[in-house]
Amino acid sequence: MTDFLATVGRVFMAFLAHTGRLSAFTATAVSHVVRPPFYPRLILREMIEIGYFSLPVVGLTAVFTGMVLALQSYSGFSRFAAEGAVATVVVLSITRELAPVLAGLMVAGRIGASMAAEIGTMRVTEQIDALTTLSTNPFKYLVAPRILAGTLMLPFLVLVADIIGVFGGYIVGVYKLGFNSASYIARTWEYLMPLDVISGLVKAAVFGFLITLMGCYNGYYSKGGAQGVGAATTNAVVSAAIMILVFNYIITAIFFGK
Amino acid sequence: MTSSTPPKIQLSDVHKAFGPKVVLDGIDLSVAKGESVVVIGGSGTGKSVMLKCILGLLRPESGSIKVDGEEVVGMSGKDRARVMTKFGMLFQGGALFDSLTVWENVAFGLIQGQKMERTKARDIAIEKLAQVGLAASSGELFPAELSGGMQKRVSLARAIATSPDIIFFDEPTTGLDPIMADVINGLIVKCCKEVGATALSITHDMASARKIADRIAMLYKGKLIWVGPAKDIDHSGNAFVDQFIHGREEGPISMELRA
Repeated sequence: MTDFLATVGRVFMAFLAHTGRLSAFTATAVSHVVRPPFYPRLILREMIEIGYFSLPVVGLTAVFTGMVLALQSYSGFSRFAAEGAVATVVVLSITRELAPVLAGLMVAGRIGASMAAEIGTMRVTEQIDALTTLSTNPFKYLVAPRILAGTLMLPFLVLVADIIGVFGGYIVGVYKLGFNSASYIARTWEYLMPLDVISGLVKAAVFGFLITLMGCYNGYYSKGGAQGVGAATTNAVVSAAIMILVFNYIITAIFFGK
Repeated sequence: MTSSTPPKIQLSDVHKAFGPKVVLDGIDLSVAKGESVVVIGGSGTGKSVMLKCILGLLRPESGSIKVDGEEVVGMSGKDRARVMTKFGMLFQGGALFDSLTVWENVAFGLIQGQKMERTKARDIAIEKLAQVGLAASSGELFPAELSGGMQKRVSLARAIATSPDIIFFDEPTTGLDPIMADVINGLIVKCCKEVGATALSITHDMASARKIADRIAMLYKGKLIWVGPAKDIDHSGNAFVDQFIHGREEGPISMELRA
């Protein structure tokens, strides 16, 4: 019994220590995002890496999600003669939920992992210590540009995913399910409100922040050699994915909770 | 040394532990301006930890570390940044930035630390590369395209690029063949003289220590057990030092390991 309590105590203390370290890391990172000096060249490089180079994977995810959604909702809604709602369901699902969450998860796999691996390798090869000895703050040089770029570029990616996802639904709706093109487009716009898109973009910005934060945090505190970097990479993706799902609920509740 | 000229580096009763493991157990060491001090000791004796405490990468639990008479333990922000401009560092593994070319690595401290224009910083980087025996064309390569010896040279060029007052060398010859190690040792002596820098090195390579040191200190179990002129190392009268410098299996160090 004593051993069990000791184990529970150790795990709880480790959790508190981890939470405290993450909170301190977040506060330091955010303070460096808003304080000069800034590194425009690095911010631009990260924006291109996150925004431009993630377009193919996010676009593919969005188009197939929209196509599947149209097929599934048509098949399900036809049971109670509500096929006419397909366009509305597609656009609301994509803009409110699927585009931000799926884009977030895809970017977490692509960017979160890459950031954790890169910064983790820099940690274990003493490159981060070298930055400090060269009068450069690692938070300012490594962390702040990534967090800023992630927070700014995820909304852009999600906006593109919104358009491509709805287009995927349109392709299936018009060319496979036989909807009239003009009426499908009209139904798409009919019930879409600015808040539907805005809530998705807000989610995207939060997810972008979380993905880059977890990538940087896990990389920054990685230990050991290749194994440590590998563990940091896994942790970055898993923790970002979980946080995306948790914050997705929180933001949805804030926007549409009533 | 007069009373008005404080040592470049002064460590007094420095303690550092990681959990129950005591790594530095009351270190006292003084390095005068222009002097080259080498700290020797086996692997895991705390040499790198001592260096990182001076650099501010680790914070000692107690004790004092002064640079030019100024206390640096607990220093942060602009004060820490100001002190860091006095330092140059050659890391054991080179620690060159993979994503930057060789000249960008060498010029990093000038561009990021001193906000120098890239074209001017590039000229200085090429000059420093020449100083360590590398052609200007090597400046366009990436670190991964260089041999181990060339990486050490680039790292040395980066360490001296900002003409620092104090240069730290962490195992400068580890992983190099004896000839390349001697070349690097020669470059260290030459560069320190040219820059007029104070040097603090850590190594377990005795050939390196003999070549670059004015004074040698031996770290064992968190304490400096011997400090003296490099020329006296063979007559230290200390059984631990004798065993270490001759690389003998038998002696007080191995006896304690067996216990």
